[in-house]
Amino acid sequence: MAQSIAKEFTKGLWEEIPPFRLVLGLCPTLAVTKSVDTAIGMGVGLTFVLVCSNMIISLLRKIIPDKVRIACYIVVIAAFVTVVELVMQAFTYPLYLKLGIFIPLIVVNCIVLGRAEAFAGKNPVLPSIADGLGMGIGYTLSLTALAAIRECFGAGTLLGTPVFGPWFHPFTFMVQAPGAFVCLGLMLCIMNIIGSK
Amino acid sequence: MREMISMVVVLTVLSAVSGGMLAGVRMGTKTRIENQVLKFQKAPAIKAILKNVTNDPLKDRFNIKDKNQEVTFFLGKHDGKPTDIAFETHGQGHEGPIGLMVGIDINSDKIVGVRVTTTTETPGMGTRANGDSPFAAQFAGKPLTTVFKVKTDGGSIDVMSGATVTSRGICVAATEAKDIYMRLKPEIKKKIAKM
Repeated sequence: MAQSIAKEFTKGLWEEIPPFRLVLGLCPTLAVTKSVDTAIGMGVGLTFVLVCSNMIISLLRKIIPDKVRIACYIVVIAAFVTVVELVMQAFTYPLYLKLGIFIPLIVVNCIVLGRAEAFAGKNPVLPSIADGLGMGIGYTLSLTALAAIRECFGAGTLLGTPVFGPWFHPFTFMVQAPGAFVCLGLMLCIMNIIGSK
Repeated sequence: MREMISMVVVLTVLSAVSGGMLAGVRMGTKTRIENQVLKFQKAPAIKAILKNVTNDPLKDRFNIKDKNQEVTFFLGKHDGKPTDIAFETHGQGHEGPIGLMVGIDINSDKIVGVRVTTTTETPGMGTRANGDSPFAAQFAGKPLTTVFKVKTDGGSIDVMSGATVTSRGICVAATEAKDIYMRLKPEIKKKIAKM
């Protein structure tokens, strides 16, 4: 039992790491990785939603009628997303301003609904929580890595502090939308090379 | 039939419980959110508009009931004498409501300055009205007798090209501010005298 829970947790960190292996939830992945702080904020928010919605959906999996399961999942997910939005507004308002529309959009994030449908709706509570936590942390790590590269080269800073000397001329392409695609593509490529060995 | 009932019941109960939970969270965070909005969105706008004051307008604030809403006024003093007030109004933009902080000189009844506080306008188009923009600067120094309308509507405000709806929305907010100030002037004076 403990072993299988550990397995559900760790699969989200490498084997099925969301944006790279599942290639899900790309819209916010591209949009919030301009800087490391927004990436971490988004990751933490999504992890919370994922763990809570997985837990509730797994608890209710025998009660929820099959025909309205998607509607039920969305209600649960939307409720937790709104909690995240309100809490973020109350405690980290500048972060809320930066993330803007991408917080409410977690509702339609494919990862959350995907995990609810593919995992939590069929499995007991503990593995579901482990699955949500693993996926969430995997997502956060991916976003942070992507954001670190983009912020580092695109703005010459990391979490707002300059990393290069004054000689560095920021490669602004990296923080714009095309830079996000190129960066994500290169990272996918590297991960596939490593994974195929 | 049984399935039908269970579908309705489950979805209803789930929605009701979620709604209840959200209402709880909202009540719990409401005052904190208001403070955060004040600190991060209104404070910079007020500081930018009332830049010559010697007091802290965020502390010297008072509320007046206007029709069915409460308006919060921020008072600016210079060397202990009240000089300006600032308050927020709203106009409809292209994407949603635009919040506008309007500063008025209470001695000469002139606009001291305006600044956009909350906006959901299109980045690069409607957002050009934000901050220390030439568009917002047009309002500064205008007496309250001015008709705040864009030039194409017969007013005196230059429109931002490509953002006519935003320009109009801000004019509506400025007009609203003028109306509120004119309507509540005696009460404002009374409140200020007490402070």
